[in-house]
Order: sequence, then structure tokens, then C-alpha cells
Amino acid sequence: MIVADQKPIEDIRKMLKGKKKVLAIGCGTCVAVCFAGGKREVGVLSSAVRMATELEGEPVQIDETIVQRQCEKEFIEHLGDQLGEYDAVLSLGCGVGVQTLADQFPGTRILPGLNTKFMGGPTEQGVWEERCQGCGNCLLEYTGGICPISRCAKQLMNGPCGGTDEGGRCEVDPDTPCAWFNIWERMDALDIQDQLMEIQPPKDWSTSRDGGRRKIVRKDLQKPKLDEGS
Amino acid sequence: MGHILKTFEDGADGVLVAGCLEGRCHFQTGNLYARQRVEHVAELLDQIGLEGERARMINISAGMGAKFAELANEFAKTISALGPTGLKKKPASRELPLPSGKIE
Repeated sequence: MIVADQKPIEDIRKMLKGKKKVLAIGCGTCVAVCFAGGKREVGVLSSAVRMATELEGEPVQIDETIVQRQCEKEFIEHLGDQLGEYDAVLSLGCGVGVQTLADQFPGTRILPGLNTKFMGGPTEQGVWEERCQGCGNCLLEYTGGICPISRCAKQLMNGPCGGTDEGGRCEVDPDTPCAWFNIWERMDALDIQDQLMEIQPPKDWSTSRDGGRRKIVRKDLQKPKLDEGS
Repeated sequence: MGHILKTFEDGADGVLVAGCLEGRCHFQTGNLYARQRVEHVAELLDQIGLEGERARMINISAGMGAKFAELANEFAKTISALGPTGLKKKPASRELPLPSGKIE
């Protein structure tokens, strides 16, 4: 899932300066299950900002709503009829949701209420950790299902850096397990550690951010075009 | 947490949350979660510009009437000393209807 965190109330107050009426829009998908932008979080944040702005003497009316998926226009287009009455929208979606709203409603000021952090999942109750950086060329096959791109601070491809401590923790952050220590343990348990002796060539980062904005086109799913000549 | 904040919006100057004694909760750790959430609300109140002391959690059993009265009076004194929040009335706001189904 995409994991996000709410912006500090102070930042949101600054963004809403001068606005009189704002619509806070939550998202019922990733940010709802990481407790950043679901219905309850929209309620708490809206309530807090309403009170904060009233105490400042410049009250902002904040109405609340939520859509199932802010990143797809089919799920947000019904909002179009209602946005005219608002000075701005405060999106509690991830960065994709904010941009989808902004693209769909170019005449409305769309403001981000969340900081989108990473792709990851919960590792214990109340804790989320990064698991994927979307490099575009998955190598989990070679690393026992543990990603050294997202879980090794140095993104090493051929074993640990040498800074792993005796407990198998990373020298960059002692709270973080060394990804390569874990990879070795996992592949040892699977009895495939010999695969680690194969040297991985330098990674082709053109499928990652280095290649610029990425796009997937699925011709099998695109709307068919009628050939006017036939 | 939302309903505690809404209570402030509705005009309350303080909110006292009473849970069972620790280790004696029918919901086992429900009162411990409640304490964490009240503490989070108190942090939010500080960020909003209200005093975090306006939200407090106490642990008390149904058989501790005198203790409850003592804690409630003490809390009332704290809130009286802090004075009104300055929030005059709940600002008009609404929830827009959902297109379909309920989304949590």
C-alpha cells in the first residue's frame, strides 16, 4: 500500500490562510488502512483545523467527504457539481490522489493534507515500513524475497557493506535490520545461499526514476478504436 | 478521537474520559488504547492552541464513587482555572453524501 502521514496542523493552517470554505476529501483505499486519510482521520483533522482557525479569529468552514479511491477519476467525478462553492479542497489522499483531483478539477485549488511517505506495509500494530521503491525491474527472485533497494540504506546489490553489527543491524540506523544479513539468513534457510555467489551486474536504473516519468500502456485494455474506413 | 474533538467544538471546555482500572478492563487492553488516544487528543489540542490538559484520562472502577467525585472535582478546578476555550459556537459544517455505500 501507499503509506502516508498527516501534515502538521500548523502547515495546514498556513495553506488554508485566507480561505473561508474548504472541502476535506478523504480516500478509502491505502491511506484509510494506514490511518492517515480515511473517514475518521478526515473528521479529526477537520475538527482540529476548524477549532484552530476559529481561535485565530479567521474561522474556516471545513466540510467533509470521502471517496473510495481518489486516484481514479471515475471515483471523483461526482464531486464536480459541488466544488464550485468551495475556496479550496484539502485532499487527504496520497500524492496521486491530490494530482488526480487537480487534473480533474483544474479550476479548483487542491491542497495536500498528507505527506506521502513510501510503498510498504504494517510490520506490527501502529508501525509501517518501506518495502518497495518501484524500481521497475524486480529482483526479489535473487534476494530471497527481501528487497535491498528499499531495505538497504546503500542499495547494495551484491552483499553487505561490512558495517553490519554483530546483531545483524545496519550501521546507518541501529534500529534497522541489515537487509543483506536478512537475505543471507533467508536464503540459508531455503538452502539456496549458493545463488548469492552469482555476481549481479550493475543495475539498470533506467526503469526506475532515472528514466523520467514512467508509464504503462496496456493495449489489451485500452478502448478499441473503430476504423472509420471499414 | 473525533468525538472528543467534536465535543470541544460543541462547546465543552474540558473532556474527562473515565476507563476501567488498568488490568481490569472487560476489553482487556481497551482502556490502555483509550489512554493513548486521549494523550493524542491532548497533543492535538496543544497544536490547535488549546491547552492539552483539557483532555484527561482517568482509570476508575464502578465501586469507586468517592474517588471519582474527587477526580472529577479536581478536573473541574483545572478547567475553571484554564477558563473557557474561546470557541463560541460550533462552526457550520457538513458531511457531503456519499455516492454509494459507506466507506470507513
